Amino acid sequence: MANEVMLAVYVFVLAIFVGFEVISKVPPILHTPLMSGSNAISGITLVGALIAAGYGGFDLLGLLGFLAVTFGTINVVGGYLVTDRMLRMFKREEKGQRGKSQ
Amino acid sequence: MIIEVLYLAATVLFIVGLKMMSGVPTAKTGNLLSAVGMGLAILATLMRGGEFTWTQIIAGIVVGSVIGVVSATKVQMTAMPQMVALFNGVGGGASQLVAIAELYRSGSELPLIALIAVQLSVFVGALTFSGSVVAFAKLQELMPGRPILFTGQHWINVLLLLGAILLGGWVTVDPGAWGPFILLNLVGLVLGILVVIPIGGADMPVVISLLNSYSGVAGATTGFVLFNNALIITGSLVGASGIILTNIMCKGMNRSLTNVLFGGFGAVSTAGSTTISATGAVSEGTIDDAVTVLQNAQQVIIVPGYGMAVSQAQHALREVGDLLSSDGATVKYAIHPVAGRMPGHMNVLLAEANVSYDQICDLEDINDEFSKTDAVIVVGANDVVNPGAKTNPSSPIYGMPILNVDEARTVIVLKRSMSPGFAGIDNELFVLPNTMMVFGDAKQTLTKMVQGLKN
Repeated sequence: MANEVMLAVYVFVLAIFVGFEVISKVPPILHTPLMSGSNAISGITLVGALIAAGYGGFDLLGLLGFLAVTFGTINVVGGYLVTDRMLRMFKREEKGQRGKSQ
Repeated sequence: MIIEVLYLAATVLFIVGLKMMSGVPTAKTGNLLSAVGMGLAILATLMRGGEFTWTQIIAGIVVGSVIGVVSATKVQMTAMPQMVALFNGVGGGASQLVAIAELYRSGSELPLIALIAVQLSVFVGALTFSGSVVAFAKLQELMPGRPILFTGQHWINVLLLLGAILLGGWVTVDPGAWGPFILLNLVGLVLGILVVIPIGGADMPVVISLLNSYSGVAGATTGFVLFNNALIITGSLVGASGIILTNIMCKGMNRSLTNVLFGGFGAVSTAGSTTISATGAVSEGTIDDAVTVLQNAQQVIIVPGYGMAVSQAQHALREVGDLLSSDGATVKYAIHPVAGRMPGHMNVLLAEANVSYDQICDLEDINDEFSKTDAVIVVGANDVVNPGAKTNPSSPIYGMPILNVDEARTVIVLKRSMSPGFAGIDNELFVLPNTMMVFGDAKQTLTKMVQGLKN
């Protein structure tokens, strides 16, 4: 048990470092999609929600699970879709196409 | 075994996906990979099944998907900050609910670390949920955006925090104590509200990135509840990302995080606005005057602010920019780090209007260019172009990095009136001899400018 806990703490600490390394390189132009994308990832808590809902019946546990799954799904589905929608709008100007024709 | 491998693959995809967010060309694929990772994680979890009851799971996924799809496809780009805040909030809420369910299901069987994690998860999750709802309400103007302050506010927060620690300790020692546990949930919810109401509209970027970080922390603690590494890693990634963005926003405003959270910026500086630091005559120009200046400019820099977003003027603005560049002028867009309502919001609005991202420059890259620029168009930006931040030590925004628009030959400011911006202070830029004020709604003014430039 103690080993398992320590391992989880190791994972936690190392992941924070990875997070700082990966994310500090994202340029300001992408900060909004980054935030909404990382926000969607935080919907991973849906994993826990599915377990809670799965073990529940038509009782309090089931209700909590249902609500948790609903919330987590909104976070995941909405987050990824909205991020994709934003990223699709970022376009580079195609040279010679705009303006020069007139 | 296969389940663990799937979780591992999901985690790798999240990291690779986030890494690909560091460049516009790869970002879209990155987001897609991350979504595939999420799919794998969900699949892995469902495969654990066996004695699972599926009704709640399917019902939750269906209801959540419908709400998610509808809100994500309907939301306007100007309303993106409140949408992200809300998604954040439900993520935090989900973590809270999972922790409640886990305590209810396993209670005293949970190992000590998981019990502590349950308390943390519930508390941070609740705080994220209610705080995000308040942030949403403020941005959506369902409640006043100005800071709401009352006496003893900080002390109440400190007491609530201490109370939460005590309650958490109590439940950890006695997992069957539902009274204190419910109270802990309520304290988290109340504290979330109290922490966000004193923060003014201009500081919202900081709040949103901070809440983003909290939702990650809530996810990571849920990972400790369930002993699930995928959750721990993912939660930490999100937590780190939120903290980095929060830090960037604070630097952009030259303020410390404590100052943002406890300062009540708008409230403090309203008192300061009675002292008028800016003196001099305002020179008002007509749209034709502005057009003449622009037609003779070799280099033009456009500075959009939230006022542009409010009047939905991004499309008309892009048209002005395009007409000028087709006329041979160099046109660039300068974005201050805190322009808009969340980090990078203004970039999204310009992208929506089809402005090429090659033309969009950050403060650091463009600030030296203003002195070589013939004309600057400031659309609905205020504090981020106030030279008082450089010259007036008594100004509340003194020391804040600003766009050096005052160094340009001519500055055209599009604005409704002389009213101050969010910081509530006068803008010395408006009375400089090289500044021309064009009053009116940004969208109408820009549309007329388009007509003028075409003739």
